[in-house]
Amino acid sequence: MSDERKIRVLVAKPGLDGHDRGAKVIASAFRDAGFEVVYTGLHQTPEMIVNAAVQEDVDVVAMSVLSGAHMTLFPRVKALLDEAGADHMLLTGGGIIPEEDVEELEKQGIGRLFGPGTSTGDAIAYVNEWFATTHAG
Amino acid sequence: MSSTTLSPENQALLERFSDGKVLGLARAITVVENERAGFQELLHTVMARGPQAKRVGFTGPPGAGKSSLVAAVATEYRKLEEYLGVVAVDPTSPYSGGALLGDRIRMNDISTDPGIFIRSMATRGSLGGLATTTKEVVDLMDAFGFDRVLVETVGVGQTELEVTAAADTVVVVLVPESGDAIQAMKAGLMEIADIFVVNKADRPGAPRLVKELRQALHLRAGSALRDIPAHHGVDLGRVMKEERTTSAPPTEAEGWSVPVLTTNALTNEGVEELVDTISEHRAWLEQSGELEQRRRSRAASRSRDVVDREMRRVAWSSDEVRGLLARGVDQIASGGGTPYSAADAILGSLLR
Repeated sequence: MSDERKIRVLVAKPGLDGHDRGAKVIASAFRDAGFEVVYTGLHQTPEMIVNAAVQEDVDVVAMSVLSGAHMTLFPRVKALLDEAGADHMLLTGGGIIPEEDVEELEKQGIGRLFGPGTSTGDAIAYVNEWFATTHAG
Repeated sequence: MSSTTLSPENQALLERFSDGKVLGLARAITVVENERAGFQELLHTVMARGPQAKRVGFTGPPGAGKSSLVAAVATEYRKLEEYLGVVAVDPTSPYSGGALLGDRIRMNDISTDPGIFIRSMATRGSLGGLATTTKEVVDLMDAFGFDRVLVETVGVGQTELEVTAAADTVVVVLVPESGDAIQAMKAGLMEIADIFVVNKADRPGAPRLVKELRQALHLRAGSALRDIPAHHGVDLGRVMKEERTTSAPPTEAEGWSVPVLTTNALTNEGVEELVDTISEHRAWLEQSGELEQRRRSRAASRSRDVVDREMRRVAWSSDEVRGLLARGVDQIASGGGTPYSAADAILGSLLR
């Protein structure tokens, strides 16, 4: 039986803006890092994201939020994930998010959020590290 | 598989699965997909009641619009209040081992419908157009209670035909850019279709492809070649017929003539007709006894797969076999031995 377990990541792009370059860049980088990336395209509602995360049984949900709505979207998706019994999934993401908001969201149980200029390597290392610690033994 | 007892963990999973919890199905798929401990026992338990769902496979070249067509067809089935499972396969990179699974992008309109469960799978090195465990995942969805399971393969070429092992009805989706009649006459993809669909039918070349496909199908049915004497000693009609009866479902002879339909998945044109045709094929499968036959041949090949996998595991996890292999390799290196003598020693020990 295969011992190597693939990390499955949902890359999601919520909201109405059409800026999906970041989401595509991170999706490709995750693929190249050996992850299985489910990409669902633009204009996702929190309900669509959580529904996909549950059906795909992903380990990580990574959201790209550039619209400024991060203080609504991240807590909303987190709440829906918990409600769906998927509180074991890591919710992380990136976008134009001020430092104080990052801290506030972290307090609410949301994983690290990456700002502009982050190297994709940092995000990959973060996910790998998280996976190794939560799936140890 | 040594016994049919489930681990406590899988027992708990099975309970959630049997309660119809979506999370239970999602998790069960992960267990099977990763071939985690006890996955065979889990499958054994849920598969005991036998296949119930109608299984429809969609295959064709990359970019033919399979995902969009699956979404459009799924929408039709939801109007008929069918409860649907969808498995969509995309390729794993042979370089990084990663995958970008993008079939959901085309299925956003149906993605929050609670009557549809969509799962994306990466091929993980499997070359037949499906992932290594897609057939098992279809079985899980069937056991979960979906009325119908739609399977979408990766974009395929001519020889990735594994979808026949997962579906009762195979829809081959082509586009005007797919090629001409000669492509259609070649062996492989063209032989597994129960229904042909020319998608993106608004594009130039669509009517011509439809016509050429129909002609090619007539050739295959033998009706055009029946009276032509053997040419250079090769009787084409007989050759084609023989080829068809090896693994591909024999069709025309049994009373199903493969239809060629046109669709435009984005505007929904022709989709209703496709759904009707799939139902007609289903009725034919059931009446002709072909369904029973296909299920039997699937059961046989699945059983062989399990035996193959277990034999390999048993063989290569045995210390004695490893020792014999090492000794065999030494003999080859020092002269006198060959891979055949080494294999002979190993088989002798296994079959003793």
